[in-house]
Amino acid sequence: MYRIVTKLELVSHINLFKFSAKEIAAKTKPGQFVILKVDERGERIPLTVAGVDVEKGTITVVCHEVGKTTKQLGSLNEGECIQDLLGPLGKRAEIRKFGTVLCVGGGVTVAPLHFQAKAFHEAGNMVIGVIGARTENQLILEDKMRKVCNELYVATDDGTRGYKGLDFLKDLFKERKIDRVVAAGPIVMMKTVSELTRPCGVPTIVNLIPTMVDGMGMCGACRVSVGGKTMFACVDGPDFDGHQVDFEELMARLKMYAPQEKLAFVFYEKGGRSL
Amino acid sequence: MSKPKPKIRKEVVLMPKQDPKERSSNFNEVALGYTEEQAVSEAERCLQCREAHCVKVCPVEVGIPAFINLIRERKFDEAIRKIKEKNSLPAICGRVCPQEEQCQANCTMGKVGDPVSIGRLERFVADLEMEKGYEIPQKPVPTGKRVAIVGAGPAGLTVAADLAKFGHEVVIFEALHKPGGVLIYGIPEFRLPKKIVEAEAEYIEKLGVTIRMNAMIGKLYTLKELLEQFDAVFIGTGAGLPLFMRIPGENLCGVYSANEFLIRVNLMKAYTFPKYDTPIYVGERVAVIGGGNVAMDAARCALRLGAKEVKIVYRRSREEMPARAEEIENAEEEGVVFEFLTNPKRFVGNERGWVKAMECIRMRLGEPDESGRRRPVPVEGSEFMMDVDTVVIAIGRTPNPVIQQTTEGLQVTKWGTIVVDENGNTSLEGVYAGGDIVTGEATVISAMGAGKKAARAIHEYLTKK
Repeated sequence: MYRIVTKLELVSHINLFKFSAKEIAAKTKPGQFVILKVDERGERIPLTVAGVDVEKGTITVVCHEVGKTTKQLGSLNEGECIQDLLGPLGKRAEIRKFGTVLCVGGGVTVAPLHFQAKAFHEAGNMVIGVIGARTENQLILEDKMRKVCNELYVATDDGTRGYKGLDFLKDLFKERKIDRVVAAGPIVMMKTVSELTRPCGVPTIVNLIPTMVDGMGMCGACRVSVGGKTMFACVDGPDFDGHQVDFEELMARLKMYAPQEKLAFVFYEKGGRSL
Repeated sequence: MSKPKPKIRKEVVLMPKQDPKERSSNFNEVALGYTEEQAVSEAERCLQCREAHCVKVCPVEVGIPAFINLIRERKFDEAIRKIKEKNSLPAICGRVCPQEEQCQANCTMGKVGDPVSIGRLERFVADLEMEKGYEIPQKPVPTGKRVAIVGAGPAGLTVAADLAKFGHEVVIFEALHKPGGVLIYGIPEFRLPKKIVEAEAEYIEKLGVTIRMNAMIGKLYTLKELLEQFDAVFIGTGAGLPLFMRIPGENLCGVYSANEFLIRVNLMKAYTFPKYDTPIYVGERVAVIGGGNVAMDAARCALRLGAKEVKIVYRRSREEMPARAEEIENAEEEGVVFEFLTNPKRFVGNERGWVKAMECIRMRLGEPDESGRRRPVPVEGSEFMMDVDTVVIAIGRTPNPVIQQTTEGLQVTKWGTIVVDENGNTSLEGVYAGGDIVTGEATVISAMGAGKKAARAIHEYLTKK
């Protein structure tokens, strides 16, 4: 059992959790993820780690309530436990001095992106942050990002805050010499960023968390085509070259269980965990 | 004049099974087990050979004639005790061991009639004990030595039980959230009920073994770090990586590895969805590629999950199928259709990225290959389309690589298996390995046999140390 020591609602339906997991905290680096399972009947879901406190022995994840499992997780309070937590999984992000690193994150993934941005900053890079959300009141961790970025840009899909969409990045890539781009967020966003950087050839790393079951290379549910080769995001990734990823295939695969996910959500909304 | 001995029946006592029609729509166990009378009657067929050929081929050396004789005398408690001297997982072995290739293949009765059904007898007494509650042997004097075991599959559980009985402190590190390895994630409920795996794992815990879940060695701790805390380490991480065919369209939605399909169904209980959260998709026309036990398991799960038509597509013919005859028969009875001498060339998707068809080619058998089986050769121009909406690829599994990748100095073969000597000792001192991680994908009982050997060697090593 893994206890929730801190729960913080960042914005509506997005919660930050700190779990007591001393051993995992000691080993987790930016870019890695954990698999958690709420209770006996729960599914295993991957979540990228958003921070660790080695001394206190906690790991941080931020979770958006979008389906049954995330909703159930969101219903838990400080002091309560989840049944299973496995990690750290996946390879560590490549963190070293590149020069200028642009970190782009959208929605809930701004949280794990902050973990990376902080590491890039500490490694002596000039860090340009770009954080986005659907709309203004869904934007998270702006202040924390500002602290680890030399510059920070804000964008929303509907333009209620900062830039509208990511088109402004075109100019940024023209004006600035950027050595590396790291993108984490919705598939569409990572695809857009990868397309924007393709012409100028800036290495672009995308952090992919497709559907997973075991998370350690056994099932292959998370397979993605990268440069025409099949990779397992859980063990070969989760970071991949954004210019090589087949995003269309990935999007189709992510929708594979959409009807079942909807059904599970409806059942949960109606009956909670009593079924 | 002495009374003439009663004639021994040549025919085996059949074990009742669920009706094929009924069972193909439920996940309850297919084979129902012997009644007491059936067990005693079958035990009476054992000739009690002085030189027991059955024992010689048992990887874990169970005293077969002795336990069967105790069943004949209706001393069931003593019979299970006899088995457990050697085998800590009898309810599992009684169900999934390929007895027809091992003990029963060597049974003297088999020369004149049906061999004695050793597996069913083992299962009978094991189940009886489980119902009554386990008898826990007296705890040995602690030796003060600590052993770490990586992986709670058949090999790891066997090593753990044997070492605990010697008095060593044993901790198993299991990466999944339940112990059992392939027994819990791979073999379906209708062949091996999960409550049996849970009960036998619990028995091993009662011997004093600690099983730690969600602990992936190579990630949470390296092997080197384990060696700082333990006097010896056993690696039993198994063969858990799925092989794919590497043909076009393999990443379409609806195409599963057998591992994913079975993990969802077995470990995550997707067949009870939405009671359990993990979903599974099974369409109307399912093709399972492969001819082993895993292929049979996947096909039979697909039927139970509502598929209208389930085909096993295998590139060789029936004779070369590696699956147990019993499992092939079960699958056939339930309505699985076999497409022999057929191999997929590519998968075709619809506009939403879902598989809708599979292009196949007919094969013929050529000269024998290195495995001794005749090599399948494509028949030119024989391509045809097969409509499918779900595909399960069950063409084998390869060793889990994480420990090998994260342990310096550990000698590994080009296939990724760990190199060991005849006692299971690896190239590192105090580090042993056994099961599929050494042999590549094999059987539950061979992994247990390797575990048994390694346990002996580890005990010897610790005693000398």
